[in-house]
Amino acid sequence: MSRENILHRIRTGLGRSAGEPVAPPPPVRLRIPEVEIESRIATMRMRIEALAGKTERTSDPRAVVAAAIEGKTAVAANSPYLAALGITALAGVRSGIVDREELRNLCATVDVGITSADYALADTGTLVMIASPQEQRLISLLPPAHIAIVPRDRILTGLDELFTLVPLPAEGSSSLVLITGPSRTADIEQILVRGVHGPGVITVVIHG
Amino acid sequence: MSAEFQLKILNTLADDRLQSAVYTATGRLKDRRIENVAADVLPDYQELRSQANAIKKHAIENLDHYLEEFERSVEAHGGKVVWCKDGEEVSDFILGLAKERGSRLIVKSKSMTTEEIDLNERLEHHGLEAVETDLGEYILQLSHEKPYHIVAPALHKTRYDVAEIFTERLKVPEELVIEKQTMIARGVLREKFLAADIGISGANFLVADSGAVVLIENEGNARLTTSAPKIHIAVAGIEKVIPRAQDLATFLKLLARSATGQLLSVYTSFLSGPKRPGEVDGPDEFYVVLIDNGRTRLLPDRGKRQSLYCIRCGACLNTCPVYRKIGGHSFPWVYSGPIGAIITPQFMGVQHEPGLPFASSLCGACGEVCPVKIDIPKVLLELRSDVKKAETRDGQNRLERLGFRAFAWLMTKPRLFEFVGRMAGAMAPATDGRWIRNLPAPMSIGPVSAWLSQRDLPPPPSKSFRELWRRR
Repeated sequence: MSRENILHRIRTGLGRSAGEPVAPPPPVRLRIPEVEIESRIATMRMRIEALAGKTERTSDPRAVVAAAIEGKTAVAANSPYLAALGITALAGVRSGIVDREELRNLCATVDVGITSADYALADTGTLVMIASPQEQRLISLLPPAHIAIVPRDRILTGLDELFTLVPLPAEGSSSLVLITGPSRTADIEQILVRGVHGPGVITVVIHG
Repeated sequence: MSAEFQLKILNTLADDRLQSAVYTATGRLKDRRIENVAADVLPDYQELRSQANAIKKHAIENLDHYLEEFERSVEAHGGKVVWCKDGEEVSDFILGLAKERGSRLIVKSKSMTTEEIDLNERLEHHGLEAVETDLGEYILQLSHEKPYHIVAPALHKTRYDVAEIFTERLKVPEELVIEKQTMIARGVLREKFLAADIGISGANFLVADSGAVVLIENEGNARLTTSAPKIHIAVAGIEKVIPRAQDLATFLKLLARSATGQLLSVYTSFLSGPKRPGEVDGPDEFYVVLIDNGRTRLLPDRGKRQSLYCIRCGACLNTCPVYRKIGGHSFPWVYSGPIGAIITPQFMGVQHEPGLPFASSLCGACGEVCPVKIDIPKVLLELRSDVKKAETRDGQNRLERLGFRAFAWLMTKPRLFEFVGRMAGAMAPATDGRWIRNLPAPMSIGPVSAWLSQRDLPPPPSKSFRELWRRR
C-alpha cells in the first residue's frame, strides 16, 4: 500500500514514469596508486599505532600469539588459515564452535578474540573482515582484546583497491566490516575512551 | 520568529557554561576536519566532493529506480523491505513483528531517522523496552532529551551532568571519572545486547546493487546491535540509496573526515541480509524499513531537492557561527544547524517555524564545508522567499510591505530622501557614538521593533555620504 504510494509520489515529484530508463550513473572513481609492499607495511603500522593499536611483523604468528595470550583465555575463528598456523591448538584457545549461543556466550567471557583478516588497508590502518562459516562476526567484537593475523600479500593500498578487488561484497557474505583501530568514544566532554563496546586493545600481526 | 524559538535562543546565550561547552567542542571538530581534508593530506578532496555530489544527484533524480533495485537486491539475499509513509507505520510494523516473535527487549544504535519519528517513545508506549546503545544517545535517553548535535548527540553534557544522570537513573554511586562512567554504561548495555531480541539501526547508506545497509560508527554498538540479536531492522530515509558498492570508496573518504576528522571511523559495516548458510552468527531475519516522512515533498523543486543529498556528517554545524552560539536545542526539530535550517521547513512545511531560514548570517561557511556540495546558503534564500510568499498570501506582512513600498518610493525622490535622512539623524537618541539598542516609542513599531529586538543600529553619522561627496 505505502510502497505504491511512495513510488508514485517519487515519480510524480521527479516527472518520471514507472520503468523509465535511467541514464548511466557517473563512472566509478577508483584510483590505485603504485606503492611497493614494504612501504605499504610501514604506512599501515604507522596508522594503526597512531590509533593506539599494536602491530607485530613475524614469520611465525603462532609464537607471537602464544606470547600475547599467555595465561589468558581466547576464542579463535574457525579459519583453516589459523588452524594451519597452529594457533587454534594453542593452550587456552577454543575454536571450531558452530553453535551461535555457545559462540556468543564464549565471546562474552574470554579475554581475547583471534581472527584472520581478509585484507588490510595501508593508508588508513584498516582491517577488512568478511563474515563466513570460517570467520565469525562476534570474535572481533565481544572480547576486550582482538588479535588479527594478516598475510603480507593481503595488504592493499586503500579503499579504492579493496573495492576494485571486491566490487560486490554482498555476493559471498552477509557482512563486510572495516575495522580502523580500537573501539572508542568521545561522547562525554570529547574525552577519548577506548573499548567502550568493542575491543579496547587491537593487535595486528603481519605474517611474512 | 516564534516566541518559543526566541526564548530558547536567549536561554542558550545566557548560559555561560553551555556557551563554552558548545564552542569548544564544535571548534575541535572543525579544526580536525580542516587538518584532514587539507591539500597535502587529501589532494583530491575537491574531486571527491564533486564525485559525491554527482552520485547523489543521479541517485535522487532516479530515486524510484534505485529503490526498486535496492529492494530486489535485499530480497535476493533473503531480507525484506518495508515501505512506510510515516512514524506511525514504522512503529506499527515493528510492534507487529515484536508481537509475532514474542520480543520485548530492543537494542538500538544511533539513528537520526528514528529520532525524527520518536520511535522509542512509540515503542515504549506499547510496553516494549527500546534501549539506545551509543554512549551519547544512552545518556540522553536516560535524561529524556533529544540529540544536541547530529554526530555528537550529548555534546552539551559535562561529566557532572552524566554523574547526576547515572546516580539518579542507574542507582550507582556518584562517579566523576569519564573513563569509569563509560565503563558503567558498557556494563549495563552489554547485558542488554546479550538479552535483546531485536536490534534496530539506522543507515548511513543503502547500496542498490548489493541490497546492503552501511553503518558507520566508532563504539561498536552498531555492530553489536546488528550482529547479536536474531532480528535486525534498519530504519532508513528513502534518500539514503546510492547505486553501487564501489561508490562507497568516494563517500567513505569524505564522511569521517568531515564529521570527526578521522580518516575512517573505527567500524564501517556493510550488511546485506540475514546470515548466510553456514555462517555461525548474525541475524536470522533482516528488514529494511524505508521511510518517506516528508521527503517526497522535496522532489518537485529542482533547486531545493539537493537538500536530500545530505550524509549527516555535521560539518556544517561545527563551522556555523549561528549554531555555535545558539546550540542544538534552540532548533525547532531534531535536525539542527544549517542542514536543519533547510530540511526542517521542507519536511514539516515553512510554517512550522517561519523564523528558521532567517536564523543565518548567510556567511556561506556551511556550503564550503559540505562534503556533498549542497548549496545550503542558496536553499536558505529560496526558503526565505517561500516564507515571505506564504506571509503575503496570508496577508500577514501588510505593514512590512507597506514600509518597503514607502521606502522604494522615497528612494526615487533624492531631495526628500536627504531631508528624511537628516530628520532621522536629528531624532535618533543620543548615545555618545555607541550603537542604538532601541528607538523611542513612536518609531519603534511592528516590524521595526521586531527587527531591533535582535539587532542594534549604528549611530547616525554626523555628515551624510551626500554631504561628504559634495565637499569632496
